[in-house]
Amino acid sequence: MNTNSNTYTVIYSIILVVVVAAVLAFVSVSLSDRQNANVATETRQSILYSVNLAQEADQAKDKNSYIEAEYNKYITDSYLVNVKGDKVEGEAFPMALASGLKSQYDIMKQANPDVSKLTLPVFVCTLDDGSRVEIFPIYGAGLWGPIWGYISLKDDYNTVYGATFLHKGETPGLGAEIATPHFSNQFAGKTIFEGDNMVSISVVKGGVPEGDMHGVDAISGGTITSRALENAIRQWLTDYEPYFEKQLAAKAQAQAAADSTTNTVDNHEEGNL
Amino acid sequence: MKKEIYKNPFFKANPVTVLVLGICSSLAVTVKLEPACVMALSVTLVTGFSSLFASLLRNTIPNRIRIIVQLVLVSLFVILIDQFLKAFAYEVSKQLSVYVGLIITNCIVMGRIEAFALGNKPWPSFVDGIANGLGYGMILVVLAFFRELLGSGCLFGHQIIPDSWYEAGYMNNGLIIMPPMALILVGLIIWIQRSYQKELIEEK
Repeated sequence: MNTNSNTYTVIYSIILVVVVAAVLAFVSVSLSDRQNANVATETRQSILYSVNLAQEADQAKDKNSYIEAEYNKYITDSYLVNVKGDKVEGEAFPMALASGLKSQYDIMKQANPDVSKLTLPVFVCTLDDGSRVEIFPIYGAGLWGPIWGYISLKDDYNTVYGATFLHKGETPGLGAEIATPHFSNQFAGKTIFEGDNMVSISVVKGGVPEGDMHGVDAISGGTITSRALENAIRQWLTDYEPYFEKQLAAKAQAQAAADSTTNTVDNHEEGNL
Repeated sequence: MKKEIYKNPFFKANPVTVLVLGICSSLAVTVKLEPACVMALSVTLVTGFSSLFASLLRNTIPNRIRIIVQLVLVSLFVILIDQFLKAFAYEVSKQLSVYVGLIITNCIVMGRIEAFALGNKPWPSFVDGIANGLGYGMILVVLAFFRELLGSGCLFGHQIIPDSWYEAGYMNNGLIIMPPMALILVGLIIWIQRSYQKELIEEK
């Protein structure tokens, strides 16, 4: 057979490509469950890292089930909120995966973003001492690919409790350093409000001055990644701001109600006397 | 089958130190032993199986699209390995990140298909592919051994250098983690090999 004729060449390439595509499609479909489970575990782990939990995950024998157990133990609630700060219908966890965050980021980065379409995930974590910490994801474009992360705030919605960041393909040793504890540990204890203004957390080049409550050191050699991270944090926290305010208002109201009940009780007792 | 087919790639015609192929990835993935071993294994499987299939198809491949057919075969196995790593060794696949996909561009794979598999029977081609992959992997593991030991004081992530040494003033070598130092290490290996194997030295 003449293997150099045009017909043969065309038919050969078509058959080859179809066969190869079929094999790949089959493998991809049959492995996707496991792959998605790995991504879900990684997301759960990152959420736990941002509240300084599950640090021993790598020593665990069965990492997936360890992470899942820890996650179910500490993450006591999760829901979606819109930019008005109201809860909306839907599952929070799929929205906290990198793919879910990307869908929200795609809305944000449009020229005239229709922010009313945003549904942002919130995770509530109850720590061992009973205190409440909430976890908010962020997502943005780094130098080579997406960067994302999870920031946890104490229940004053101002003090950062912890943070963790991930990236797809930042330069190892430079931009990729945002994923190291060395970098993310700087966030704990910083505050995002100056008075009533949201100032977010700045990533400061050349070192942050002593006592700056709103800044962390940037990564040398990773300027573009550092700046991208700063923008991502500001963008997402701004969209969460109405939620913070509503939560604080609700908390103040509950506090006032509690105070007034104790007052009436006091008055009552006085009356009795 | 000639003994040279599986003997040469390890020393006399090592793909990295003699043919100087696959240098880029051997600098990039040898900071730690674990990714280096996974990379070595992945490249071995890819060269072995793509050589085998290229050899099986060698009489049917139209000459004009020969290189494209080779590329399709190589990418098929690379993507299969990438998918399996993502499913069964997620951490390692994250560490290797783009380098798994870049096996497609590793000259060793296409080089062996073009130079050997297209002109030989399937079984010798398979052995040739595996042996070349292992010859490449051997260099990777040697590099990673020294780089992880001297650069981080660990092997496979376990600490080897005792803390007492650090207290006595020993320090990890930060330079050895960087790719340029890996290139110098490759150069040292080539130097050692050439001092044993005089026929490799070019005449002036």
